[in-house]
Amino acid sequence: MKLHLEDLEDLGRGAAFLGTGGGGDPYIGRMLATHAIREFGMPELIDVDSLDDDAFVCTVAMLGAPTVLAEKAACGEDADRVISLMERYHRRKIDAIVPVEIGGLNSMIPIMAGARLGLPVVDADGMGRAFPEIQMVSFNIHGVSCTPVVMLDEHLNSVVIETGTAKRAEELARVASIEMGCSVLVSLYSMSGLQLKQSAVRGTLTSALEIGRSIAAGRRTSDPVGSLVRFLNSSPHYGKCAEVFAGKVVDLRRETTKGFSMGHCTLEALDRSRRSMEVLFQNEHLVARENGRVKVIVPDLICMVDSESLEPAPVETLKYGQRLRVLGLRAPDILRTPAALAVLGPQAFGLSEPYQALS
Amino acid sequence: MRIGIDVGGTNTDAVLMDGNELLAGCKFPTTPNVSDGIRAAVEAVLGTSGIDAARIRCVMIGTTHFTNAFVEGKHLVDVGVIRIALPAARGIPPLMDWPEHLLARIGTHTRMVRGGYQFDGRLNAPLDEQAVADAAHDFRNKGIRSVAITSLFSPVKSDMEQRAAEIVAGILDGPSITVSNTLGRVGLLERENAAVMNASLAELSTRVVSSFRSALLDMNIHAPFYISQNDGTLMSAAAVEKHPVLTFSSGPTNSMRGAAYLSGLKNALVADIGGTTTDIGMLTNGFPRESSLTANIGGVRTNFRMPDVLALGLGGGSLVKCAGDTVDVGPTSVGYQLTQRALIFGGETLTASDIAVAAGYAHFGATDRVSHLSRALINSAVDRIHEIIADGIDRMKVSADAVPLVLVGGGSVLVNRPIPGVSEIVIPKNADVANAIGASIAHVSGESDHIVSYDTTSRNEAIEAAKREAILNAVRAGADAGSIDVLEIEELPVAYLRGGSVRLRVKVAGSLAAAGPA
Repeated sequence: MKLHLEDLEDLGRGAAFLGTGGGGDPYIGRMLATHAIREFGMPELIDVDSLDDDAFVCTVAMLGAPTVLAEKAACGEDADRVISLMERYHRRKIDAIVPVEIGGLNSMIPIMAGARLGLPVVDADGMGRAFPEIQMVSFNIHGVSCTPVVMLDEHLNSVVIETGTAKRAEELARVASIEMGCSVLVSLYSMSGLQLKQSAVRGTLTSALEIGRSIAAGRRTSDPVGSLVRFLNSSPHYGKCAEVFAGKVVDLRRETTKGFSMGHCTLEALDRSRRSMEVLFQNEHLVARENGRVKVIVPDLICMVDSESLEPAPVETLKYGQRLRVLGLRAPDILRTPAALAVLGPQAFGLSEPYQALS
Repeated sequence: MRIGIDVGGTNTDAVLMDGNELLAGCKFPTTPNVSDGIRAAVEAVLGTSGIDAARIRCVMIGTTHFTNAFVEGKHLVDVGVIRIALPAARGIPPLMDWPEHLLARIGTHTRMVRGGYQFDGRLNAPLDEQAVADAAHDFRNKGIRSVAITSLFSPVKSDMEQRAAEIVAGILDGPSITVSNTLGRVGLLERENAAVMNASLAELSTRVVSSFRSALLDMNIHAPFYISQNDGTLMSAAAVEKHPVLTFSSGPTNSMRGAAYLSGLKNALVADIGGTTTDIGMLTNGFPRESSLTANIGGVRTNFRMPDVLALGLGGGSLVKCAGDTVDVGPTSVGYQLTQRALIFGGETLTASDIAVAAGYAHFGATDRVSHLSRALINSAVDRIHEIIADGIDRMKVSADAVPLVLVGGGSVLVNRPIPGVSEIVIPKNADVANAIGASIAHVSGESDHIVSYDTTSRNEAIEAAKREAILNAVRAGADAGSIDVLEIEELPVAYLRGGSVRLRVKVAGSLAAAGPA
């Protein structure tokens, strides 16, 4: 599978879709990746199964506050350095880079790093979407250690975290990132090819690309949402997809606590049926309830798109009167096991409703 | 006595106002040389009213000239771009995502140098003054005279932009310098783009301002003139020469402010229906609701404050097309050629105006030229026009409650039916010159912007002091002290600095003293 520079716009759109409202603005990621590709060339995109069991891979991502990332994104050399620190720590070469989070900005950072370092990028990730915390990753659920977590700021100052649990690593990394300027490059979840095969959410980079393409192509048809839903229902990587609501934003409340934005968005149906849907979001959408009844709940994906352009609508751009279509997408099976739900299911976000698969 | 002028892409409107009273208003086609259209319009209002030019106390001008020039890539100059952020932000160089046709105009003269701050005001790196000087020498050798300077987190701390501007000013001969913190918010690429856009208009802004000035002097008007900006307040001629981008969406703002004034409504929807487009916005307390999104202007991302306006491709000149049983209206339009190409004006093109005349609810042009149109066609087209507007209205409303709708602009004759979700439709008298009226009632603003510590000064005292300073600045800019209101108080906490530090910004506005009571 070969990526082209022109694919990045579709990939970014698909990544924003899979960001389920969060994940950071893929635009910045696309600019970073484009700049690196122009200088170093396009990295190779490889399948999980093409890796040897004893190959050595790690993730690369950006971590920080979205408003800070908008001012100060990665530099490039920080990606080189974070990988060389990881290699020095393990005393062996990295063979490939795998995205930790396909949703949003972090779909592009591995492509930037892969281009700069001449390393292949694996068509997979650890979330199949976007999640706000380091432990909410399929690798962690399958027992892959997230440490060492190597963090780097733009001055190439580094912090390496070693600790017992991914949750504790998250807490320490969050504090360190603030001191480091709230926008840092991070490499974590270093593992073998075999571990990746057992724990990856597969095919997600190509899924994001194809979702972006399907949205662009759908605009030229009479039923753009229908064609996107049909496409997603044929995807081998995600489960069922359905449009769960069409309406406009009639209420929006949000607050920022502990670095995470918490919000409620209420949509009302356009057909004057008085049906309404409330979507609760942290950094990403968590639960969509129609007239109080759960329609979609995390880890299934709640994807809001503009009703005409089908452009994904991130939470920071939601506004009154905006017309949206809400799509539910069943998360890949690997995220829906009891062990996975304990880490990234509704209760991990303080919701009281149990997980129920999108039907 | 004052004159309000709106220079649009199609028409130049002028109004003569005495206090609250409209003495005369008129509409002329915009001319390629903007000042001819202004002269024609101003002479017409003075002529009809019989008022002597010497009695004019001030002139307010709204113009989309700079927006159009930028979008079309006309009259732009080469820009030297300095970004002060290294070692940060080097992964995305300046101008990386600009369209080729604009880069062909402004060049790619970019320099990244060390400096800038972190999100909380801590130092990123000390300013590399030598590198700034080197960049300025390079620009001088290339004959560049307009420079845009952007430093990391300058909305939090702007002193490095100021220092770099001093260095550049000392090396280039009479340069025009734009510093980003005066234009945009946090978001380095978007703020830098706004600064570069502004710098690219440096020559045009000087030229246009001086042509406005000479057009007025030619008519023996010696009163000061002001230009309206995006937020509905006025800038002095000198300020526009420095910051032309701040006029970028003054057109919709003026029409909405004019609609508020003419209708007496402070909370309402406004639809400005022109020849090609309909702009729909929401008035809250007499001012347009602001958009929170990044705006794309001519293919360039920016983030300066703009009114939240929905533009629909419907206007008096919109083409009406039939395909089988379906009739569609717009988005293509005959635009300024309406008076030649529409059927009612003897042309061969079926437009939305022809439909309104044929349906019997608009009365202009030659009615007999549309008598051959079938009832079915007219009805479907009228349905479609109302559908498009109703749909736009519904998008801009914040709640299901019915809201009044004010219609302004020459195309307001297209509407004659109730619209769902609208409590009443108001078409005020003089709705066709609402833009110019909006410009004529624009206020003068003043700002205060400092980092203060609530540990050494109490919050109340600090805010009061900032208000006093902002009011003083507004009065210096020409505001009537008695009419000043506080528009916004913004407090941005600055952590890690000595205790309780915040960036405190206060903005006030009042009516122009020279304009007399409004």
